[in-house]
Amino acid sequence: MENRAMHFKARAGQKLADVLLQENLGKAKSRFVGMRAKAIVEVDDFEATREAAKLLRNRSLDDLDLWLEQFEQQATRRGATVLWARDSAEICKLVIDIAQRHGVKKITKSKSMLSEEAGLNLALEAAGIQPVETDLGEYILQINDNEPPSHIIAPVFHKSKEEISALFARTHRRPALTDIQALTREAREVLRPHFLSADMGISGGNFLVAETGSVALVTNEGNGRMVTTLPKVHVVVTGIEKVIPTLEDLSTLMRLLPRSATGQSISNYFSLLTGVKKPEESDGPEHLYFILVDNGRADLVGGEFAEMLRCIRCGACMNHCPVYQTVGGHAYGWVYPGPMGSILTPLFTGLENAIDLPQAATLCNQCGVVCPVKIPLPDLLRKLREKQMERRLRPLTERLALLAWGWMARHPRLYALGTKIGVRYLQWLAHDGERNDRIRILGMATEWTRGRDFPAPEGKTFREMYAARKGNP
Amino acid sequence: MRVGLFVTCLVDMMRPRIGFAALKLLEAAGCEVVVPAGQTCCGQPAYNSGDRESARQLAIKLLDEFESCEYVVAPSGSCAGMIRTHYVDLAGEGEALARRMAALSSRTYELTDFLVNVAKFDKVPGDYQGSITYHDSCSGLRELGVKTQPRALLAQIPGVALHEMKGAEECCGFGGAFSVKFGELSAAIAEKKCEAIQATGGDAIVGGDLGCLLNIEGKLRRMGDEKTKVLHVAEILAGDTKGTR
Ligand code: SF4
Repeated sequence: MENRAMHFKARAGQKLADVLLQENLGKAKSRFVGMRAKAIVEVDDFEATREAAKLLRNRSLDDLDLWLEQFEQQATRRGATVLWARDSAEICKLVIDIAQRHGVKKITKSKSMLSEEAGLNLALEAAGIQPVETDLGEYILQINDNEPPSHIIAPVFHKSKEEISALFARTHRRPALTDIQALTREAREVLRPHFLSADMGISGGNFLVAETGSVALVTNEGNGRMVTTLPKVHVVVTGIEKVIPTLEDLSTLMRLLPRSATGQSISNYFSLLTGVKKPEESDGPEHLYFILVDNGRADLVGGEFAEMLRCIRCGACMNHCPVYQTVGGHAYGWVYPGPMGSILTPLFTGLENAIDLPQAATLCNQCGVVCPVKIPLPDLLRKLREKQMERRLRPLTERLALLAWGWMARHPRLYALGTKIGVRYLQWLAHDGERNDRIRILGMATEWTRGRDFPAPEGKTFREMYAARKGNP
Repeated sequence: MRVGLFVTCLVDMMRPRIGFAALKLLEAAGCEVVVPAGQTCCGQPAYNSGDRESARQLAIKLLDEFESCEYVVAPSGSCAGMIRTHYVDLAGEGEALARRMAALSSRTYELTDFLVNVAKFDKVPGDYQGSITYHDSCSGLRELGVKTQPRALLAQIPGVALHEMKGAEECCGFGGAFSVKFGELSAAIAEKKCEAIQATGGDAIVGGDLGCLLNIEGKLRRMGDEKTKVLHVAEILAGDTKGTR
């Protein structure tokens, strides 16, 4: 997918001005946050479970090559083919090759973020193969001119029921429905023939289990089952970091994932798919492929940002992020939004291509405390900021201001004088006759006063007053 | 107890009365308070902006100035949090320095946390009358666990009625340099906080971090709210709210 992260600030501005979006975001936020809070109290010791999950994800990543090898052996033993993709182009090429080998005309898809990274739908269309998204959210986006998702688990987080109703009426040429159930029924009717006629299904994978060579799928709509069992070919596209050693590990993570993501004790559907259809079995694919993708992940192993690889893509960090809640996912400009996106986008697409993202956070750590695998997201954002400084990627004025402040603060006499003058200057700015307690336009930082006033300083600095009080100015 | 008061750069420039309120409270709690004259900034702006070297030098400067104190106390969860949770990281390899930093960190407290958990202070002099709501600033809350401490102290003032707002633990949108890098966005987040404050119907919003309070006050005034008072918890506890608007 094309990276538009460089325009974060401009896009955020547009999103703030979008009244309808603001309304939709408000509703969606309170739902996710509230439901998670209720669901986590069901787990006896949620914090201990988070710690266990962190450790097991670390264990998986410390010996990533080993587990991947074991996964490959086990999956192959059960009739699957394991393929490796280095980047987006290789994902597209491998999928198209498989489709052509099996004479595929139509592909049904359940949600896969890797497919978004690769821009797979466009590549398939260009190769004359029809992709049909079957996750309700993804389907809505596909018929809306391939709009990108704004959330990793709720792709249409930004849309209202009314917008979807109008889109359905327009696309399906049917009377507009208002009720969510009726809309879902309509989507089901439209999708059913596709399920039955597709020759290949593509899914993502929430986890890969090394000891059995299985893929675990967590879904809520049942479309995942249709996509992975009806067509004769099933292709799983997922990241190499998704592998975990054992089924026991899977059960630990499953106590956290649905609760953190949607506030459900367990998702409506949970599939553990192992191998191709056996002769005595009634359903399942005859051909099963795994495309395991690097796309920047291998470089992170063992490095400063390795902790990010623990991510299980639950979306809790964005649900709890004040910035995400205020501008939504599209402002971030690439596949992954919110705190995890502000880290992954620069790491996967280049620090210089996402200048704003590491900065677009208050470091409030509302994300870090909800992350089920305890990724210290604010620390990683700060590390990215350090890299930006090292590589001089921030504007010169900003770097100079920072250096000047740092230098002043190391020279107390100059600092005392500088702040004394600064405070007088601020008071002068606040002076407007009747009310002198606020600044309407802040000279050196007009950004502040675009949306709020800047309270005036009291008068003198503490330092001055304290010295006067002690009688030794 | 010999306590070093770290005034913080924002209080020094913008609201000295918070510094004096903190001083009064610490003295009332029986501490011998020293205010090292050369103190400036804890280095957090540099640290959070990616200028690690400046932050490191400021950390060493603060260490030298406060090392002789039994405790370091700041009327800010953000600055105390910086010292307590990040200074060791800044010390880097040099073992002796890391050890000194760790020792300083473990003796550093946010004001209300110190008053409740170290000084066991139970003679709050404030006499405020009115209904208030409390904003839990992010660093104090999530780095230092400051939540019940200010409330316990405020509960000692008979005239104070605390009405919790919805989402008291949610960020106000300040975020240090974030507030001037993404002004509009920062103010939009502040607006939600202000609406939650106003919905309590209280006459004052109280908090423990001046950065957040300036953000909230600026937004309230821009929204046309001239009546909600914005107070630092130290002011209300010390009974020094006269000079406030
Ligand atoms: S970073 Fe943590 S909270 Fe965010 S999506 Fe990944 S696992 Fe979930």
